[in-house]
Parts: sequence; structure tokens; C-alpha cells
Amino acid sequence: MKVYLDNGTTTQVAKEVLDEMSPYLKEKFGHPLSLYSLGQEAADAVENAQKTIAKTIDAAGEEIVFTSSATEANDLAIRGVAHANRKAGDRIITTKIENPSVLKPCEMLEKEGFKVDYVNVDSQGFVDLKQLQKLINKDTILVSMAHVNDEIGTIEPIEEVSKLLQEQKHKIYFHVNAAASYARVPVDVKQVGIDLLSLSAHKIHGPKGVGALYLREGAKIEPVTYGYISMFPLKPGTENVPAIVGFGKAAELAFDNFEKNVEHMRKLRDKLTDGIEKRVPYVVLHGPRGEKRSPSNVNYSFKYVEGESILLHLDLNGISVATGSACATRKLEPSHVLTAIGVIPEVSHGAIRFTLSRFNTSEEIDYVLNVLPKVIENLRKISPVKPGAF
Amino acid sequence: MKDPTVSVVEGDPQCGDMYQMFLKIENDRIIDAKFLSFGCAANIATGSVTTELAKGTTIDEAEKISIKDIAKELGLPAVKMHCAVLAYKALRKAIKEYREKKSASG
Repeated sequence: MKVYLDNGTTTQVAKEVLDEMSPYLKEKFGHPLSLYSLGQEAADAVENAQKTIAKTIDAAGEEIVFTSSATEANDLAIRGVAHANRKAGDRIITTKIENPSVLKPCEMLEKEGFKVDYVNVDSQGFVDLKQLQKLINKDTILVSMAHVNDEIGTIEPIEEVSKLLQEQKHKIYFHVNAAASYARVPVDVKQVGIDLLSLSAHKIHGPKGVGALYLREGAKIEPVTYGYISMFPLKPGTENVPAIVGFGKAAELAFDNFEKNVEHMRKLRDKLTDGIEKRVPYVVLHGPRGEKRSPSNVNYSFKYVEGESILLHLDLNGISVATGSACATRKLEPSHVLTAIGVIPEVSHGAIRFTLSRFNTSEEIDYVLNVLPKVIENLRKISPVKPGAF
Repeated sequence: MKDPTVSVVEGDPQCGDMYQMFLKIENDRIIDAKFLSFGCAANIATGSVTTELAKGTTIDEAEKISIKDIAKELGLPAVKMHCAVLAYKALRKAIKEYREKKSASG
């Protein structure tokens, strides 16, 4: 049996998405800036995708900018807002557990003289609101954080953060990275008060190569890449029309049955969680339980064994997962997220992340729960580290 | 392994890379070599290759097994070289301990 449990990394493209995209890879190949009908057809398709996606987050179509990825959307949001508002201030606040696509732009800004503060999180990954509040001052222009953490599934209190920012006397832009939360946890940008929101297509059964940035109308921002003007002044370069069309369709499918999909994933999440805790000894859950956790995320450390070897043994059994173990990343350092929530390296080396989609089934979870305990047992047999060592 | 002649540990779980290596030695010849591993696939593979290379050799021959020998057997990529280094160190540590034990017992 083949079981795909790495939907946090990428997802299978839904059939309806592929069908929707196909014409734009065949006869509907026009350029959106061309004035003749073939071009305008492409422009309409892009606008429809904007409208569809905007509706899912309570925004207007014109407030959606298509990028090549959520990574690019994050970079544009952070550096674009920082540069455009430098005269107003030079302080940025983010957290210690952000994705590299947020941390790297912040690092670059620090090299340019901006001051970036990285807020701490507690042992479950929740951001320290008190510390965040203390860090806000007259020079703060931007706060950037994930809605849901991609490694451990923590649902952050973005409503509270937004309230804090709105209480300030000057404008502080609020950027939320929703790559891991879109289609799993609802977000209403108007109601919450969000200025910028990053979205990813290939995490919701859309194609790779397209993401989006929601940008509230009136927000002051500069482009970070330059070139030929497209439909989107902030993102030059010919629009990836087929992928954009696919993104729109993927969003439509995900939100058509939002509650049902979420409930389905949550049931499987809980089944997997219960099963692991019942059948495998010496495990450590990372991130919170229940309502404050993404419905599609499960992350455990299996003590006394190492993540990459677990991953490969599961792969031999047809199961795909992710690991934050140092060996598996090219840097040979343990996951910065697990380190930030206080997990010791010995334990973070044994971490496995399982991420669900609406396509996973109960039978698949049964299969995983059958295979996993044996894999762990066998690896523990050949491990020099015995229970109790840590 | 029952009654290993020497058993050494190299690396630690904090690094995510660790071996326990066991050698059975008779008349200065390694008649059996086994290992326990805490680490990735490359870690397990290099442990296996190293013990295989060491089996049947004399202590002097085993001492000549280089990191290159280990890595070449597997075609290790650069990022996994540290596993070969660790296995090599474990083997050398085991040999050294054997020699020390031997001279101590006279």
C-alpha cells in the first residue's frame, strides 16, 4: 500500500484542477496583456482566479497578487513593506519558529540596518504575546508570523496580535504566512485585521509554481523584483496562467466542502495520534493537542532512534513522511522549531512529521499504525541508545 | 555479540550520530565485527561496511582501513562523509583499546 503523509511539503494535484488547467496549456495559450481575444481570455481566467481566492479569505479580487510561490509572497511582503516604510521606522518583529522563507528576508533586512526581533514561543509553540507587546515601539513598522506553524501545527493567536497592533498610535503592518493554514484553518483578513497574507497552491492540491499574496488596498509596499510590467506591478514577468487557473480551481474545491474536509482530516489526525501513543512506547508529541492544533498535522519524536532512518524504513513500506532530523536536512542541525520549543537535540533527531490531506483514508491510517511500531522496534533493536538514556 | 573482545562507543545521540562497535579478536585477527547504530541510513550503511571490511583482517591490516576505503564502498555523498569518519574513528578506537588491553595483560 502506498500512503502519502507528507502533505505539508506538497500535495497531489486534484483531477479537477488538472482538467481546469489543461486548456491553458493547449489552445488557450494567450498572454494576458495581449488585447486580442485570445489574450483577454487569459486575462479573464487570471481575474477569475483572483476573485475565487479572494472570496475564501474575505478580500477583494484586486487585492490578490499572484507570485511563483508562498516563499516569494513572504519575501515580497517582508522586504517590500520594510523598504517602502523605512522612513516611518526600521523595526520588524517576527518569531523564532518561522519558516526559512520568512527568516531569510528578515536576515537580509538586518544586513541593511533594520532591527529584527525574534519573539520566543512556549513549549507548545505559542508565541509569547507579552514579549511581543513589550517589543513594539514607535519604530516598529511590520510584524510577520505564521498562522499555523508548518512543523508542529500550532495555531497562533493572530486575532490577539492584530488587536495589539491596532491599539498602537501609528500604523504597523501585519503579515501572516498562511501557507500551512490555508484550507485547514479559516481566516478572514477583514475581520482579523490582516494587511498581507501569503498563500501556497501546491499545499492545497493545486500545481507547483504559483502562490499568492493578499495585499490590503492602500498598503504601502515596493516590488522586490524588477522588469516588464505584468498584470501585477509588484510581480513582473509573464503570468503563469495555467498554474494560476489551477490555483483558483484548487481553492474552489477546498472551500466547497471546507467543514467536511477539516472534520475528515481531524478524525484521521486523532486516530493516528491515539494509535501511535497506544502502540509505540517512548514517544514525544510536539505541538499542542486538540482545537489549537492544525487538523492535518501530527509530529512525534520516537526516542532512541533517528529520523532519517525511520523515514527510509517507512518508505520501504510505501509510506511517505517528513523528518526534522539533522541528517535529513543538508545543514546537519536539528530543527530550529523543535529547538525553540525546548526539545533537546537527542530527541529532535527522532522527530517525524505526518501531514494529512482530504484524500487520506482511515484504511491508510490503519496500515501506518500496523507498520510503524515494527519499524521503530527494529531500529531500537540496533540502537546503542537504550530507554532511559534520555 | 557474545563476549566481545572489545566494545567502544563513538559519537553521541546529541549529534544524532553514534556507533557502538564490537570486535571479537583471536591471535590478533578480527574474527567477528558488529555494531549498533543511532543515525541515518548512511550511518547504518557505513557501520555495516566498516565491520565487513574489518572482518577477517589482522589488527595491523584493520588499522590501515581508511575513511576513503569506507566511503568508496558506498559512494557516499559529501554531506554524509561524517558518517564514514565516525565509523572509522570507532574502528580505530576499538583497535587502540585492544592494543592497550593486550599490553596491560602483558
